[in-house]
Amino acid sequence: MDMNEIKEIFFQECEEQLAELESGLLKLNDGDRDPETVNAVFRAVHSIKGGAGAFGLDDLVSFAHVFETTLDCVRSNRLEPNQDVLKVMLRSADVLADLTNAARDGGGVDEARSRQLIKELEALANGEMPQPGAPEIAKAVAPAAPAPAVNDDGFQPVAFSFDEFEASEPPAIEPSTYEIVFSPKSELYAKGNDATLLLRDLSRLGEMSIRCDMDRLPALEEMNPEAAYFSWEISLKTEKGEEAIRSVFEFAEWDCDLDVTLVSGDASGAGEELPMHPVPFDLSLLDEEAPSRGESAEEDEEMVSQQRDPRSAAASAAATASNVLQMAQTAARAPLENAKVASTASAAQAAAQQAASAAQPTIRVDLDRVDRLINLVGELVINQAMLSQSVIENDTNGTSSINMGLEELQQLTREIQDSVMAIRAQPVKPVFQRMSRIVREIADMTGKSVRLVTEGENTEVDKTVIDKLAEPLTHMIRNAVDHGLETPEKRVAAGKNPEGTVRLTAKHRSGRIVIELADDGAGINREKVRQKAIDNDLIAADANLSDEEIDNLIFHAGFSTADKISDISGRGVGMDVVKRSIQALGGRINIQSKPGQGSVFIMSLPLTLAVLDGMVVTVANQTLVVPLTAIVETLQPEASAIHSFGASQRLISIRNSFCPLVDVGRILNFRATQANPVEGVALLVESEGGGQRALMVDAIQGQRQVVIKSLEANYTHVPGIAAATILGDGRVALILDVDAIVAASRGQTLKPEMTLAATG
Amino acid sequence: MTYAAKNLTTGGRELIAFRVGDQEFCVNIMSVREIRGWTPATPMPHAPSYMLGVINLRGAVLPIIDFCARLGMKPAEPTVRHVIIVAQVNSQVVGLLVDAVSDILTVSDADIQPTPEIASEFARSLARGVLAIDGRMICLVELDSIFPHHEREAA
Repeated sequence: MDMNEIKEIFFQECEEQLAELESGLLKLNDGDRDPETVNAVFRAVHSIKGGAGAFGLDDLVSFAHVFETTLDCVRSNRLEPNQDVLKVMLRSADVLADLTNAARDGGGVDEARSRQLIKELEALANGEMPQPGAPEIAKAVAPAAPAPAVNDDGFQPVAFSFDEFEASEPPAIEPSTYEIVFSPKSELYAKGNDATLLLRDLSRLGEMSIRCDMDRLPALEEMNPEAAYFSWEISLKTEKGEEAIRSVFEFAEWDCDLDVTLVSGDASGAGEELPMHPVPFDLSLLDEEAPSRGESAEEDEEMVSQQRDPRSAAASAAATASNVLQMAQTAARAPLENAKVASTASAAQAAAQQAASAAQPTIRVDLDRVDRLINLVGELVINQAMLSQSVIENDTNGTSSINMGLEELQQLTREIQDSVMAIRAQPVKPVFQRMSRIVREIADMTGKSVRLVTEGENTEVDKTVIDKLAEPLTHMIRNAVDHGLETPEKRVAAGKNPEGTVRLTAKHRSGRIVIELADDGAGINREKVRQKAIDNDLIAADANLSDEEIDNLIFHAGFSTADKISDISGRGVGMDVVKRSIQALGGRINIQSKPGQGSVFIMSLPLTLAVLDGMVVTVANQTLVVPLTAIVETLQPEASAIHSFGASQRLISIRNSFCPLVDVGRILNFRATQANPVEGVALLVESEGGGQRALMVDAIQGQRQVVIKSLEANYTHVPGIAAATILGDGRVALILDVDAIVAASRGQTLKPEMTLAATG
Repeated sequence: MTYAAKNLTTGGRELIAFRVGDQEFCVNIMSVREIRGWTPATPMPHAPSYMLGVINLRGAVLPIIDFCARLGMKPAEPTVRHVIIVAQVNSQVVGLLVDAVSDILTVSDADIQPTPEIASEFARSLARGVLAIDGRMICLVELDSIFPHHEREAA
């Protein structure tokens, strides 16, 4: 594994840490005060800093360090994580993400921004509260505090050493006595840490006495050799302060319970107040023990004897508490033995414990590999169908064992397909998290106060869908904040909470994922939209449109109602792009708007782009697949229901409403003349924009799930055809692009690829 | 193009010769993936007349071009005796319907005579030279522009 690979892994982990960081901060923002959340946030920044340091990414390290310092204040309850503090922190998380990206892909970052945030973070760490809602003021004030030289040279990485760190602590000249309770968990040992070393480090801070609490040590037969049973009560007289004590446990603190309390600042009184008898701590004993750690775990005999040893030692030690040496010995050795007996441990117990404590194990897999697997499984499904078909054709008595085997094979392939598809399914969470940053930025730019509420982040959908979802969602979020929500003043005037809410939800509904984006803004100004549409010649001035139709006008290309064009939106490339991207994913988008109450955009997307539920139909002797989602109903037209309309158009009356009849065979040029509708079947389809069309096909063969195959890979895009698939008989069938067919029937020509028709 | 360059350095070229109607053609062997029998193709809407449609090649959708019709000659009436030459063209894979594969030739660049100047689309876009082998004339075909739109994209 070369350095670049390691670096790549680091950046992948960074991405995860950043996601963790952001979700943690958002939790805090919602009022979560769980120390574990604060720890998770701290841990994320800490890990990034550590990794970045290993790769010499100085910008990243220095920023992460300042950020970490401030977070540490929150962790130690010296800084109340209120909304204003969190605002700074969320922006810092954004900058940290930018710095990470810059470190990976090259390119620059907004240095002024990161510099300013460093100052704000430092100010927070120093106990200054941010000026609520006025970062400009902070900008003006902050430069005065640090050394002016930093400003002159532009961005300077903030130099960092632990000395400075400690120096910034209030110097505790008077030695204070701390009482420390240190109870390691088994994870501490599992990660290769050692209580002995920690205690030894601690002893360097000052005068220390220690007592080992062995109450939890069970009888030998009940003892789990990998578990941690001891805890230590330490009384430490030091001048360094609590921070220094905690820093000893810096890399172990998540694997142990640590309780540090200041007993007294008065050195002389310490002895009386201690609940235990202070005992001198002899470090040399520990040193003797240390080398034995390297011994191999295979030495069973020795292990057993040693295992017995600490137990007896513990017993006798408990009886005679004054026997300090032995105690220290036991304390030091027990964990070592615990780690050693690993191979003979009762595996079940250890596994259960691990399962409870460790997160679900995951592996990283190259996406290409998964795709290859999915392709192969697709082949398998097709092959299996072909095999079944030929067996049925050649085998007249259907009782043979081949048939039974085939049925099992079919079930298995179906199961394999489902499981493989599940690999690609990912929660939408990362996309949603990205949106919270967009909301923050737009809110900052527009001076609006916006809260993003997300729901159903764990809803899973195919990775491709997730990847392609980010762009349209970004557009829509921008629109929602910039256009949808009113300014705080207007909101107050309308009797609403000055803070606007944007709600982003995801859920599964009938085999599709439905994503809703709701704002509680002013809703669509239909008068304005209508006027704009008339101005842009999208509709006739006297057109009679329903509210829904007016709302849908915003999806037209080149349509924007913003009074003035802003940086964020309003250039008229917005909703039509959104609609196109959603459609390209095989989805649809709808809008519901209530004046004064806001708008809801509802997107419905397929869960996967690899398979599709389709209706297999015959048109002019060709087999076609119509996506099932597009079909509203199917009907057998009667001659009396068909009405000619002009020279070549025909309408079909369905429950007294007339619907244009579209001959698929004619549109696709499969036949020269229109087929007789009475001999075929009509598929009533819903197209984008609300209109219905009846598609004429010759016959319906049935419904089935088909594997989507790209036509573009080896050929080119074919108008009216969305993709291809391979049917059970091994032949290729084309999947109809219903929207294109409907659009063609509206008079927009289904124009063939220009060059293909031009020659040949 | 890369394979052509490679062969220029080694001096010799291996070509696959095939028959369409009463004419013989050849393509660089490096561009040929496989040769398979004819299977009915699914016709494509709005496709040029030489596009016979698409077939399933082990899960991939393979467009089939009637080579005869592509040259502007009478469209072939595919039978089980016809073969499909599966060839790599740029990043795509296409199938060429031909009457039969006749030979594998090893020629040097010196054997390739320039295409006579004839006013035809075929001569311009596909033919890259002619070979005289045992008194037969075999036309060397470059498949890069087998789809006319590829030519335009490249231009």
